Amino acid sequence: MAKTTDHLGRPIVVVTGIGIITSLGVGRKDNWDALSAGRSGIHEIKRFPTDELKTRICGMVDFLGSSDKGPAALTYEMAETTAIEALSEAGLDGGDFGGPLFLAAPPVELSWRDRFDLYKMSAEDAGYRRLMAGAARPEAARYFETTQFGSIADRLADRFGTKGLPITLSTACASGATAIQLGVEAIRRGEADRALAIGTDGSATAEALIRFSLLSALSMRNDEPEKASRPFSKDRDGFVLAEGSATLVLESLESAGARGAEILGVLRGCGEKADDFHRTRSKPDGSPAIAAVRAALADSGLDDTGIDYVNAHGTSTPENDKMEHLSLSTVFGERMRSIPISSNKSMIGHTLSAAGAIEAAFSLITMREGVIPPTINYDNPDPAIELDVVPNVKRPADVRTVLSNSFGFGGQNACLVMAREPA
Amino acid sequence: MSPRDVVITGIGLVSSLGEGNEVHWQRMTTASPSPVIDSERFAPFTVHPLPAIDWNLQIAKRGDQRQMETWQRLGTYVAGLALDDAGIKTDESLCATMDMIVAAGGGERDQEVDEAILAASLETNDRRLLLNQKLMTDLRPTLFLAQLSNLLAGNISIVHKVTGSSRTFMGEEGAGVAAVETAAARIRSGQSTHALVGAAFQTEHPDMLLAHVLGRHLQRGPWQPVWDRDPAQGGGLVTGSGGAFLVLESREHAEKRGARIYAWIEDILSDRVRRADGGLETRLREMAAKLSGKNGKRLAVSAASGAHEATAAEKKALEDRFALRGLTSLTGHLKEAQFPFAVAMAALAVKHRKAYPPFDGSEAAFPDEPRSVLATAVGSEHFEGMALVSAA
Repeated sequence: MAKTTDHLGRPIVVVTGIGIITSLGVGRKDNWDALSAGRSGIHEIKRFPTDELKTRICGMVDFLGSSDKGPAALTYEMAETTAIEALSEAGLDGGDFGGPLFLAAPPVELSWRDRFDLYKMSAEDAGYRRLMAGAARPEAARYFETTQFGSIADRLADRFGTKGLPITLSTACASGATAIQLGVEAIRRGEADRALAIGTDGSATAEALIRFSLLSALSMRNDEPEKASRPFSKDRDGFVLAEGSATLVLESLESAGARGAEILGVLRGCGEKADDFHRTRSKPDGSPAIAAVRAALADSGLDDTGIDYVNAHGTSTPENDKMEHLSLSTVFGERMRSIPISSNKSMIGHTLSAAGAIEAAFSLITMREGVIPPTINYDNPDPAIELDVVPNVKRPADVRTVLSNSFGFGGQNACLVMAREPA
Repeated sequence: MSPRDVVITGIGLVSSLGEGNEVHWQRMTTASPSPVIDSERFAPFTVHPLPAIDWNLQIAKRGDQRQMETWQRLGTYVAGLALDDAGIKTDESLCATMDMIVAAGGGERDQEVDEAILAASLETNDRRLLLNQKLMTDLRPTLFLAQLSNLLAGNISIVHKVTGSSRTFMGEEGAGVAAVETAAARIRSGQSTHALVGAAFQTEHPDMLLAHVLGRHLQRGPWQPVWDRDPAQGGGLVTGSGGAFLVLESREHAEKRGARIYAWIEDILSDRVRRADGGLETRLREMAAKLSGKNGKRLAVSAASGAHEATAAEKKALEDRFALRGLTSLTGHLKEAQFPFAVAMAALAVKHRKAYPPFDGSEAAFPDEPRSVLATAVGSEHFEGMALVSAA
């Protein structure tokens, strides 16, 4: 049997199941078909009225049973659906998964619809006193679960029989990558043979949209939604708020081999580094992102010549894409001009807490299919960003390794290095 | 003893009792420790309020203070206390390589904006349009950044320059358990050398009480110790404002830099008991036995929440083998910070070689020197954790 430990003597961690939902559809096949065809899932917002809003487009998931039932319900349903797909592919869908759960999910809040309901239930004077009086009424108890940060993971743990205390985490836009990293670390420590890493985000509410809008983070290209997300273009004007989920079944190579599971790819390395510069802007010299990329490379045992393709964070904000270019050219030097790099977000938008997991899933499929999905809407290149962005059309390529970047709002950066086959 | 033992080298504490380890040790070891409570501001509920804090002592820039609300300020402040206590705060290179796991809920919402929208909602047929109008004009970016769970960690990076890594765990009391457990497991396995871990909770905001009201958690009526709350008077929780952060290091890392070691964390166990099936008490008994053997009486610092079922199960599971000290009687329930606080108090007892006196009449005396102290956090709704903290 092949070697089951890596360059540092740690168990090699592989992926044996993948599940995906984005605005492009449900399931890995539909998503990949659309993504590799360069189709955009960005559309006009239908879930709530957009009067008065500066941004009226999104990559919301509007086609599920709970799409109109509030963030908690949708966030759960997407996680459950992608987990079912991933576990079924891994052959572990018996409801007794037996490994830990790491869930990247948005922070929860009582929705406005629920706040209005509670307020109306009470006859108290006004303000929070009235809200609390409503909340104390017997018929209000059903609103409780959506206020608990641990309840989605708790339900998923019941549903899939994961082991122990499930971890729900947030590192903002890097959350999905952090969930995978936590799973990789647990397997490397020998605590588990397998782990379930899920990123999910169904939190595109009016308030969420308005918050990002007030930070001037969102694209306002409302008239051509499918053209709004244009990473690395000169005329990019912000990211597009989106929803989605991905689940990866992580497993030690030894365990996957022993049960004859098909290996979909390898999680070779993870790296992270926090930024101490500003709450919403990254350090001008790019040093935190640079350090995160370097840490992931070092962890994977590869050097700067070892990466065949970069799955970009590529949000389409003026700031991110500039900084990502700066960081990558610092790490990879001149060679960066010839390493293909593309942004899935050009088609699916920014799925926030789920993004790192969804993009890791697409990275793994990219290697297996030998096809790099394009960066669409690249018809006006930013001359300051000299990158091979795989413009507009997919490209066949022999991709053995991928670097996937996630740079979080709030200074949390995480990078993953994946490989097609165990070294 | 192993070079990769997880040792505690820094402790930061704030609660209604005051700030810092010394103050807490003093207040908690007086003959009959008494809580600081406010039963009027959020009547019929009682809270343990924040003490007066001079934020400048840990958050030097006014600009940074303005970017946060009380929850993030409090967490950043307590984290600073822990870093100071460990002698790391001014060491740039140690901070830049330090890992961090913060257990967090959400921050304070903008009460004024919320209340204006709620009031207007009664006067309109189109609440969704009202939301758009009000939020677009009234929301202030600083205030909603103050709500974001991961931005407590973000602010700690900005203010204290802790940047090795930054992770935020969510999920009430269990998040605090998982944060300490994960940081310790990483150190024990060589994935990390030193880490900052902890949480803060700010209860003095109506939105922070709202979820507890929905969950029927809060206790009404006159204050009672955590073990002795009448189910007829509510759900058993009395909340508090405060926080606890720990600096954890590998023994080797701590010794190399000549750090003072409070105690070492022998082991941590966590679980998610399916409580509806009724196995909580049995499982807690098993966890305690696995951590600390089956013989002899020990001290246990318990972060029991006061929630009736969970607290009764914990008491029944542990009281025959452990002299329990219900820290929540003195601090109030600090949510995500419950477990880090319990671990910190266990470490202080080990370091001082002295047990806390009973916090109320129902707790047994413990005259011996505590060499190993159990720290527990059993979530009011779900998730359980225990650590064994021992003399280094």
